[in-house]
Amino acid sequence: MTLELSLNQQPAHARQGSSIGQPLTRRDGFLKVTGAARYAADNHPPGMLYAVLAVSSIARGRVAALDIEAAKAHQGVVEVMTPKNRPALAADPDAKDHPFMFRLDLLQNDQVRYPNQSIAVVIAETLEAATEGAALLSPRYEVLPARVGLDGAESFVPRGVGVGGPAVQHKGDVEAGLKSAKTRIEATYETPAQYHNAMEPHAIVVAWDGDTLSIDTPSQGLAMAQGRIAGLFGIAPENVHIRSPFLGGGFGSKGMISGPQVLGILAARLVGRPVKLVLRREQMYGPVGHRAPTRQTLRMGMDGEGRLTALDHHAKTASSTFDDFFEPAADASHTLYASPAIATSHDAVRLDTGTPLFMRAPGEATGSIALESAIDEAAHACGMDPLEFRLRNYAEVEPMTGKPFSSKALRECYRQAAETFGWASRPLQPRLMRDADGFLTGWGMGTATFPALMFQAEARAVLRADGSGLMETGAQDMGQGAWTAFAQIAADGLGLDIDQVDFRAGSSDLPNAGIAGGSGHTATAGMAIHNAGAAVIARLADLATGNEASPLFGAGNEGVLARGGRLYRRDDESRGESYAEILTRAGLSEIEGHGKGAPDPASQETYAKHAHGAVFAEVKVDPDFGQIRVTRLVGAFAAGRIINPRLVRSQYYGGMIWGVSFALNEEAITDRRSGRIQNANLAEYHVPVNADVPSVEALLVHEDDPHVNALGIKGVGEIGITGTAGAVANAVWHATGVRPRRFPIRIEDLLG
Amino acid sequence: MRDLSYFRASSVDAARQAAALPGAMLLAGGTTLIDLAKCGVAEPETLVDIAHLKGLDSIEVDERGATIGALARMSHVADHADIKSRFPAVSEALWQAASAQIRNMATIGGNLMQRTRCPYFRDPANFPACNKREPGSGCSAIGGVTRGHAVLGTSEACIAMYPGDLAVALVAFDAIVHLGERQIPVDDFFLLPGTTPDREHAIEPGEMITAIEIPGSAAARRSTYLKIRDRQSYEFAAASAAVGIEFEPDGRTIRDLCVALGGVATKPWRARTVEDALKGKALEPETVRSASLLAVEGAVDHGANHYKIELAPRVVARAILKLGETA
Repeated sequence: MTLELSLNQQPAHARQGSSIGQPLTRRDGFLKVTGAARYAADNHPPGMLYAVLAVSSIARGRVAALDIEAAKAHQGVVEVMTPKNRPALAADPDAKDHPFMFRLDLLQNDQVRYPNQSIAVVIAETLEAATEGAALLSPRYEVLPARVGLDGAESFVPRGVGVGGPAVQHKGDVEAGLKSAKTRIEATYETPAQYHNAMEPHAIVVAWDGDTLSIDTPSQGLAMAQGRIAGLFGIAPENVHIRSPFLGGGFGSKGMISGPQVLGILAARLVGRPVKLVLRREQMYGPVGHRAPTRQTLRMGMDGEGRLTALDHHAKTASSTFDDFFEPAADASHTLYASPAIATSHDAVRLDTGTPLFMRAPGEATGSIALESAIDEAAHACGMDPLEFRLRNYAEVEPMTGKPFSSKALRECYRQAAETFGWASRPLQPRLMRDADGFLTGWGMGTATFPALMFQAEARAVLRADGSGLMETGAQDMGQGAWTAFAQIAADGLGLDIDQVDFRAGSSDLPNAGIAGGSGHTATAGMAIHNAGAAVIARLADLATGNEASPLFGAGNEGVLARGGRLYRRDDESRGESYAEILTRAGLSEIEGHGKGAPDPASQETYAKHAHGAVFAEVKVDPDFGQIRVTRLVGAFAAGRIINPRLVRSQYYGGMIWGVSFALNEEAITDRRSGRIQNANLAEYHVPVNADVPSVEALLVHEDDPHVNALGIKGVGEIGITGTAGAVANAVWHATGVRPRRFPIRIEDLLG
Repeated sequence: MRDLSYFRASSVDAARQAAALPGAMLLAGGTTLIDLAKCGVAEPETLVDIAHLKGLDSIEVDERGATIGALARMSHVADHADIKSRFPAVSEALWQAASAQIRNMATIGGNLMQRTRCPYFRDPANFPACNKREPGSGCSAIGGVTRGHAVLGTSEACIAMYPGDLAVALVAFDAIVHLGERQIPVDDFFLLPGTTPDREHAIEPGEMITAIEIPGSAAARRSTYLKIRDRQSYEFAAASAAVGIEFEPDGRTIRDLCVALGGVATKPWRARTVEDALKGKALEPETVRSASLLAVEGAVDHGANHYKIELAPRVVARAILKLGETA
């Protein structure tokens, strides 16, 4: 896909030299604010029908009967897809070939394993007819009791957590460390189930042409979606064309193709016409993932100077009854604070819910709020300022592995954020600060961290005889600004102004850009772009330096610079010529180069790679009502090289607000009898509104990292949540003297 | 598709006649009705559109009181200079209700007709038992998720909370609902669930709210609406209080007091016991706090909503004391 933009819709890009580092506004911003950006559900191929899911009322059991006749008799209904007539698949949707493959509910039988599971699909001429048809199915069930809550089933130790990490790990002797400690704390924290709730629901528009599929659907991982769909339908991946130019948020829930999306494809196959299927908001509470609840117990021991002697972090979590994803919450204790003994462990229960999934900072977010709360308790137990305590336990090497950090400007983050916030005047004891209106005021802090991950990506670069460039990679813009940041990297990689570069992304027909997840997209696809640019420039340089007619003849590849659409001799910048001249002389209309982005295995072995940050929060609590308001947030983050400070600041703001949401708002509340979530809508599943976040500041701390990748990029998508949620919780304690142990923190927790 | 008729009423009389037919419902701002139709609670056969009717959106305020047309928008009433000066609690209740978008669409008449947010009531597909929807079918909320349910005015048949803000202020100041020829006190307009939770309003088929009248008073002029909630906007009250006060010439003895609670009861809840306990008394924090406890006399919790019993009297006391500070 190319952005359908004419240049006069964009502000002129003021630059000095490179595009990287410039605070460009979003190139897709104009399209989005005018409604011209075409999201998946905006597509209407000719002859398209509407598909609506019928979903399960019950949490567990089987569908005993559906009134298919009533649905089909309804005017406008074309077909009802059930397990009986669902087109055959080439692969079992319950098969699991690798940990990144999740089992899907594709009407393979009449079993129900969670509320809102798809039990039929009604396809009709209009959305209204399909909706009514789905209601007319009036399912009858054989119901089994729902298994609900972290105590709702027998617990076990999962084989792996997160993406397959060990459930139990340790170094040193935690029990001995606790025994030798002068001060000890132990505390248990509970976090609730949370749902991604992207603004854009999962939507798919599908058209089959023989064995070729044309699909519009939001995807954070186009190549993975393409492969999964191809496998399910037994067709070649290149026959699956997916367009995903814009996602209205993903947060992990659009990382893998979901069951409802595949049902849209099946529906189109069944009726032989294009089909659109869009989830309703309440239908997003089940089949598209969530963050599982956790109950975490931390034990810490400290010596007389406040140094940790032991850190033990146990997390209980939940998965579905039929698939494995275990929130790796305790692993948050691997990377942050130095301790001679660290133990982390997980256990889990299987509940009648949809399978939990990656949700923005999976494990890091849940683990961070518990760890940062416990660190705050430990600091208080030692009579120390929380910042001083964190500095006392500053990890010079990665605590669990002993590896050096590739870079770690965390001290500078602490310093800048604390100074900006005014932390130095904080009283040690809680409940000592009041504002002029009598509100209890509290200050809290948390450390932020997130691994600097890279996956695999490819890009293709083209230079054309007219002097312009093209960069292609199937990157995904979830709203984070990929259209802009990648174009900046492409411009520098090609030695062109950004307006001279045609940047294409958001389609599975382009080179595989890997997944927009794990905060690794900019680093991974960015490196592929960078390398593709270098490859095509190298070809161009070969053409010039090997041609006697060129002023660059004989300069050799190492001796050439690419800038502003021209190549120059490195040793004599007065000698150069334009790309157009080189290609025209060579009689070529265009040349291309390819590049890959991937983690460097050698430096993976040698270094621990993480972004870091420090977040400080001020809250005000009404002493009579327990009503909490966050009045100020200051975060400072060091995440390697910043491609676009404007976009990065937005990522930090969004992450920090998500952290506030974690601490104070979000919770899916389950009816324990039915297993159903009772606030499956945006009126009652709370996230902060604008009035809840009056002042958010994000400082960008300079950090050069020579080891993560050639561009020095870490990643900024998820780190803002970590640290912030704990900082808010700690500020609530500092305001009230009440230690939050259950999240979100509610009025009733502070009524006293 | 579910077919329905759409009737654009040409006059109030035509609207009332049309609305009297079985299956007919009035449509004004639509913020409640469309929402309820989408979740399957409201199943109108005929929508009688009154949004365009002339003369029903006026806001008239004088010494005797305010008369607000049923089609006045929430945002217009909230921002009306004379409402703000003579009935601050009414304006404040409106400002703190819903969201800006909803306040711009929703009408005052429709606001009085808004229905509970009980998630069981709003989910007929998954919870068939609901005495409010289907009399005699049972109550799914009792024993379920109850953090947002009522602690006052409940019955064995229903514990659904009245969610609104405006009506709390209206009940506090003895507003009168105009149903064409008939006029009834707003406190009588809202019905307790008892054994008939399906009947929420004392409005008969063929009747239509045409206006709300709020008598002017010194207490209404010195009034406030205090709303406590988990987030700052777009959220229903955990507990709220509309309070108005009139002092004797000494500036501290309470001559008149009006108190109503929101977010805690099955209807907007007038707290006359609190009023009676404090009338004639001097405004002292301790006196106010202990009298405010009377607001939740007889309250019954269902687990997760217990905190409302603690919270509501504190909200009432704060609101009264706050008005005293400005004496």
